[in-house]
Amino acid sequence: MILRYTMLERAIHWLSALTYMYVLATGLAFYSPHLYWVAAILGGGPTSRFWHPWIALIFVATVVWMLRTWLADMRITDSDRAWGRAMDRYVRNEDQDLPPIDRFNLGQKYFFWTMLSAAVVLLATGAAMWFPALLPLGVRPVVILVHVAAALITVGAFIIHVYMGTAVVRGGFSSIIRGEVSPAWARTHHRLWYHRVTGK
Amino acid sequence: MSTSTLRVQAISGHSGAAPGAGTQRGERVAKLIDTTTCIGCKACEVACLEWNDLPFRDTFFDNTYQTMPETAWNYWNLIQFREHTNADGTLQWLMRKDQCMHCAEPGCLMACPADGAIVQYQNGIVDFQQEYCIGCQYCVAGCPFNIPKFNPATKKMFKCTLCTDRVSQGLEPACIKACPTGCLHFGAKEDMTALAESRAAQLRQHGGHKNAGVYDPAGVGGASVMYVLHDVTNPEAYGGLPKNPRVPLSVKLWKGPLKWLGNLAMVGGLLGVTLHYLRFGPKHVDEKERV
Repeated sequence: MILRYTMLERAIHWLSALTYMYVLATGLAFYSPHLYWVAAILGGGPTSRFWHPWIALIFVATVVWMLRTWLADMRITDSDRAWGRAMDRYVRNEDQDLPPIDRFNLGQKYFFWTMLSAAVVLLATGAAMWFPALLPLGVRPVVILVHVAAALITVGAFIIHVYMGTAVVRGGFSSIIRGEVSPAWARTHHRLWYHRVTGK
Repeated sequence: MSTSTLRVQAISGHSGAAPGAGTQRGERVAKLIDTTTCIGCKACEVACLEWNDLPFRDTFFDNTYQTMPETAWNYWNLIQFREHTNADGTLQWLMRKDQCMHCAEPGCLMACPADGAIVQYQNGIVDFQQEYCIGCQYCVAGCPFNIPKFNPATKKMFKCTLCTDRVSQGLEPACIKACPTGCLHFGAKEDMTALAESRAAQLRQHGGHKNAGVYDPAGVGGASVMYVLHDVTNPEAYGGLPKNPRVPLSVKLWKGPLKWLGNLAMVGGLLGVTLHYLRFGPKHVDEKERV
């Protein structure tokens, strides 16, 4: 077996996932009256409102940590671009002759950069929503609009991420839990990375 | 609060018609503030604190007769004081009683995500229900008049209730009762509108205020608080009374099209990945592949 994610990477990933899902659930409760019951389950409206920004700060911290740790792996390279041109075949599971890629594929990289940029926007607008009285009158509602729009974009990215990592790419889920993948898995999905870490 | 459901329509053993039966008075109430007869005595500020059992708090001296720069979570009624220089160079003291306008289309209510935290009664009063308030302050973003205020200790929002507890008992709001000049009026919205218009006409014809008029902003569907202003073309001069207040467009977008777009995208996303799985399924790793 090949180590794909260190213990620390796995721990941070799951801290990120749990904190994201908490702010997603409470955020959805504030987003739609039809989902307000979610807040009731999570301890009530005031409790959800109180913890939402604090838990969000932890989420942003995990994203910053990921940026620091994975920056080199997340740069989009020429092999990614070649892979990206064949992405329609990847979507159809015609994986035989896809261009080889390194540790992450272009979809994962897009996911990372989308979440990172959204996190920056959500942090800035969220901080403003935390203390709306400090903002000029006309700016206050615009800030909420941007916050909601950015959050919706992360929801789309999150759905695809979870779906790909659990249902489609079998072995991906166990790799982020136990950290290891089989050599065949690494060869199939991340050939350049496989060559790099095994020296084969 | 409306007591119209308890209006007597028929009485047993009574000669003649029931008194008041068939009368069709509008249920909407309104407060009329005539800024031209306000002397800035602040009796309404004190009456508001006393009736609503709010503590007296530190005032803030800002080189003006105003008590503090803006209303606070425990100070719902504030005389905005401005020294205004007219076009002909003369000085005018403008005093405006500032409080919740009780809009017919309340931006606070539209923006609020908490079930039951803001209600609008049929009589037009918009009231915050603190037990359901979650303290998100979205109402602050929805309000074009900068009225809802946050209590950081209880994390609840507060504002003028239009003394809904008094109005429900047939009494006028406390500020009205305290006003010594009679510049504050309270009654049916249509009566207050008629009174305001006649006063504005009087000011135009005999008071030398050619631009006198009634401030009842159409952008928020009208309000249950109205002003008579010396110069209705320049409401900003009265301490930040917006010329054409409306529920912010971004609030309407956020609560309207964006909500539907977002719902569609989220449901579409879930549906999309489900269909993808049914069509293509999982990827296979060839364990026997030679390197």
